[in-house]
Amino acid sequence: MTVKHHLTDELLMAYSAGDLPEAVNLIVATHISLCDECRAALGSYDAVGGAVLDTCDTVEMSKNSLNSVLDMIHAQDSQVQDKPVSTTVQDDVLPAPLIDYIGGGLDSVRWRSAGMGVKQAILPTSKDATARLLYIPAGTAIPDHGHHGLELTLVLKGAFQDEGGYFGRGDIEVASEDLNHTPVADISEDCICLAVTDAPLKFKGLVPRIAQPFLGI
Amino acid sequence: MFTTNVLSSVCPASPVANGVKMRDSCKEHANGTKTLTEGLRNTVVPWVDDLIAVRDDRDETAFIRVFGHFGPRVKAFLMRTGMDAALAEECAQEVLVTVWNKAHLYDASRASPSTWIFTIARNKKIDVLRKQRRPEPEDLPWGPEAEPDQAEVLGLQQESEQLGRALRDLPEKQRELIEKAYFGDLSHSEIADQTGLPLGTIKSRIRLALERLRHSMK
Repeated sequence: MTVKHHLTDELLMAYSAGDLPEAVNLIVATHISLCDECRAALGSYDAVGGAVLDTCDTVEMSKNSLNSVLDMIHAQDSQVQDKPVSTTVQDDVLPAPLIDYIGGGLDSVRWRSAGMGVKQAILPTSKDATARLLYIPAGTAIPDHGHHGLELTLVLKGAFQDEGGYFGRGDIEVASEDLNHTPVADISEDCICLAVTDAPLKFKGLVPRIAQPFLGI
Repeated sequence: MFTTNVLSSVCPASPVANGVKMRDSCKEHANGTKTLTEGLRNTVVPWVDDLIAVRDDRDETAFIRVFGHFGPRVKAFLMRTGMDAALAEECAQEVLVTVWNKAHLYDASRASPSTWIFTIARNKKIDVLRKQRRPEPEDLPWGPEAEPDQAEVLGLQQESEQLGRALRDLPEKQRELIEKAYFGDLSHSEIADQTGLPLGTIKSRIRLALERLRHSMK
């Protein structure tokens, strides 16, 4: 794996603390599925969470607590034996978190045209941020979109180039509103990306901004 | 890095804990005894052997100990994130049931018991308070062939302990800031880059564990 563009510490820590909108969680989880460097960094932030849990006060559990818990595990164990969960769908392009949201592999994506051969599919997440899959034909430029707010773009297939550099599979571009960029898909093959933009208000942890999602949504 | 003399100072007091396979330099001290010992649990890696006993042997006595230690902490944690006592009690119970159900996913070379249980409690929090499921990274499955060796496990667990001490040693204000971030009442932007905690070493250890895992999956 040769991922060169990674998540920021801020995003990793917020993901670890569980403070991000669902769409941002989705792109973070998808990148980590492709990037062991960030998986390890997340592990270190989770370890901070573990240390916080350790230093937490304690609040006594109620009297019947243990018995209820034991009842629950007995009831389950008599029903189903614990078996490892295996993902039924495998996809060369889409990591597991995306398969969950699409409900299948790449051929299950319901693309809609966004003009100039570009296609997109909005994924079902909470409204505080938007996740969309983008299909960009080889060599096509996404028109300059000086977006407001945060924009995260993760390459799943092919590659694109913009002012921020060259992004291949697994690379994520974290663009704040001051980056005015014009991504151009690499000429060698069509490019599929997951792009997440934060919507108005509610993006806890970052300065609320007015979203101006691109591609007319 | 981890040296043999650290290992040997640990191993004599800690014959094979339930389900933990000792290797290399540890093996000669193990004597094949399969007992839970206070040594490993209390001095070096608290709760690891109990969690592994739950994982490998479905050991209910070990689970009850895990429950006794972590239940009240998880409940307190959930109350700090904004749940009332009744809801936190209910959720803490469910977190512990998840510990039992997902024990097969616990990898002691990548997370301390507190860390692993924290992630379950956090997911429960998102589930309940935000009524959302949380997208998780693709699992890295691991079988017996990928079993971490004892040095890796001890290294990670010691690193986790050190991180805990570092957190307790931080100036109070800074520590509160980090705690608040994890309870969910503070923005992360101003502290993520400067937690004041030594995260580099623990990250490298987890990275090594992942490399081993990737290698064994090939």
